[in-house]
Amino acid sequence: MKKDEIREIDFSIYDIRDDVKYEFQTGKGLSKEVVLEISEQKNEPSWMREFRLEALAIYQKMPMPTWGVDLSELDIDSIIAYIRPSAKMQRSWEEVPEEIRRTFERLGIPEAERKGLAGVGAQYDSEVIYHNIKESLTKQGVIFEDMDTAVKKYPDIIKEYFMTKNVLPTDHKFAALHAAIWSGGTFVYVPQGVKVEVPLQAYFRMNAPGSGQFEHTLIIADKGSEVHFIEGCSAPQYSVSNLHAGCVELFINEGARIIYSTIENWSKNTYNLNTKRAIVEKDGIIEWISGSFGSKKTMLYPASILKGEGAKAEYTSVTFAAKGQHLDTGSKMIHLAPNTSSKVLAKSISKDGGISSYRGLLKIGTNAEGAKASVQCEGLMLDDISRSDTMPVIDIENDNVDIGHEAKVGRISEEQIFYLMSRGLSEDDARAMIVRGFVEPIAKALPLEYAVEMNRLIKLELEGAIG
Amino acid sequence: MRETLLEIRDLHVEVEDKHILKGLDLTIKRGEVHAIMGPNGSGKSTLCHSIMGNPRYKVTGGEIFFEGKDITNLKVNERAKKGIFLSFQSPEEIPGITVDNFIRTSVNIVTGQNMSMLQFAKEMKNTLELLDMDSEYRTRYLNVGFSGGEKKKTEILQMAFLKPKLIMLDEIDSGLDIDALKVVAEAVKKLKTEDMSILIVTHYNRILDYLEPDVISVLMDGRIVKSGDKDLAKILEEKGYDFVRNGV
Ligand SMILES: Nc1ncnc2c1ncn2[C@@H]1O[C@H](COP(=O)(O)OP(=O)(O)OP(=O)(O)O)[C@@H](O)[C@H]1O
Ligand SMILES: [Mg+2]
Repeated sequence: MKKDEIREIDFSIYDIRDDVKYEFQTGKGLSKEVVLEISEQKNEPSWMREFRLEALAIYQKMPMPTWGVDLSELDIDSIIAYIRPSAKMQRSWEEVPEEIRRTFERLGIPEAERKGLAGVGAQYDSEVIYHNIKESLTKQGVIFEDMDTAVKKYPDIIKEYFMTKNVLPTDHKFAALHAAIWSGGTFVYVPQGVKVEVPLQAYFRMNAPGSGQFEHTLIIADKGSEVHFIEGCSAPQYSVSNLHAGCVELFINEGARIIYSTIENWSKNTYNLNTKRAIVEKDGIIEWISGSFGSKKTMLYPASILKGEGAKAEYTSVTFAAKGQHLDTGSKMIHLAPNTSSKVLAKSISKDGGISSYRGLLKIGTNAEGAKASVQCEGLMLDDISRSDTMPVIDIENDNVDIGHEAKVGRISEEQIFYLMSRGLSEDDARAMIVRGFVEPIAKALPLEYAVEMNRLIKLELEGAIG
Repeated sequence: MRETLLEIRDLHVEVEDKHILKGLDLTIKRGEVHAIMGPNGSGKSTLCHSIMGNPRYKVTGGEIFFEGKDITNLKVNERAKKGIFLSFQSPEEIPGITVDNFIRTSVNIVTGQNMSMLQFAKEMKNTLELLDMDSEYRTRYLNVGFSGGEKKKTEILQMAFLKPKLIMLDEIDSGLDIDALKVVAEAVKKLKTEDMSILIVTHYNRILDYLEPDVISVLMDGRIVKSGDKDLAKILEEKGYDFVRNGV
């Protein structure tokens, strides 16, 4: 398939609600009882239970963020923190209950696994219901487990790394919330020198109305190793709010490389308040590729801490906000060592009154002698009731650095549309073409299937009912 | 007697509340090459945009007929599908969309059928040669970073694929050097079939020497005030528009 071809598919697949039985769910809201209940249900070691309780105390003390998006309508006390489908985690799709399997089949996950993934994890609401990895990778020592299993199977590693030296519960209110009630997610360890040639994927599906999803992803890439991790998310539309507050912690050791791609397509009743951070050691590389679609409000600012000399980070993103949505996304690039480099290419699109903003931070510390950084962020507004802003903050503490920065926001021009229409395109086609051209630099950076997926979501957003 | 392709009757057009065309009449026959000349700001581009259907140019009176049908209220893309083409005085830039991709999309829409890759590649190669353009243009983003002359050539490249019935060339000669002008003019001449008509807007005689217009009309004060044969262009060049003003 060519990159510019957009496959016709039935977009309603994202929106199908399953009639699934739930085995257990906590009451609404957040309390010590709820946290203890989650921990007990999971039969967790006591250190994890204690960790959760401490985080809850932090959560209760911390104020809600007052910047970014308006969270005043988010009522955490009405969110179901934990909801478990009646399905045990399986290593074979045949054993996954039919209704759940069908959902993932519609989303194309088992097929993608057969075609070209090294491993797949699938989470349904609070629990991972499928997790599998190719044997060849296990033999090389690659670990790919659902996080709950990992807590029991690799307690020493998890205890050492889980929200202790990367994202901390004290970082902000939603990090604390996550730490208290996290459930599901993935743990990946890639041993020294091992290059995982085909991507690993985790797919997070929220189905239950009024629930929250709080999966935790922890990836440790040991020296000189390489892995591409893909994360997909979706949920059907409900009138009540859902909350997604995941957390991703990446450790990239000397000379290692992680590509972390995400295509999020939340329903428009979801609050998506996610925390992602990578710590990059000497000559390590992190590449974030991020497509943010859907959700009611999103706050997402993947951070790259360039800690070792020569560490590199790239952040490539598309954010699309339509009617009633406010997506506030961006990247944080923190240069702490000499000759580190970072590159940001962020595009945001807004239509029908949606707000799509780029909020970024580029920080160059005193030790980052010879650092190189470029930030390019662009916003495209499809009409005059929508908003795109760029708010890049640049903070430089070393003079010997090379910084490039470009930010622009524009509106589709009527003259461009007229020009395209004079060549036969309908007005809708003309707009779609301009948008497609706008995101082309991103599509080019994506692997083919993801470029196709992104174009598909953009097309879906463009066709979305107005009014 | 050849049939009428385009007929404009008593056309009034306003741009940003400014009355520009004030009762313009114009007829173009099938196969005819018709040059429009006139002072800066007299409304030549406005006329082209009105024929193409640019919504910014509001028709406040009169009609436009194309092949006998009233197209005054037809959408731009519908006009394109009927075979009307405008080579813009200043073509728009479309970042992220390659020349190849754009032309393919456009051809498929206008002709209503999918041109095969092979056919497309063949026609592209020939037309690029005809226009003395390097094949690297195919993968460049449409008009982005193109020089003035390159943009003009790219307009003709599009025209070659769309094979319109009415080709409007709005100052195709501006921004072209002497050699490029010759290349473009000869390409247009070669691409024009007997069924195609050309409406060419220009300030200069040079392109007219190549394209040999059947009719030359002068647009002033929002109307066609004078029409004549090819020699009219020479007289205008010598005497300027005062000659028309005083002569009327
Ligand atoms: N989009 C527009 N907005 C505002 N005014 C316009 C617009 N287009 C044309 N005009 C005005 O209408 C008048 C006619 O302009 P037009 O471009 O049609 O002239 P022209 O004959 O093509 O001139 P030139 O020979 O310089 O190309 C001018 O006064 C111009 O300023
Ligand atoms: Mg003009």
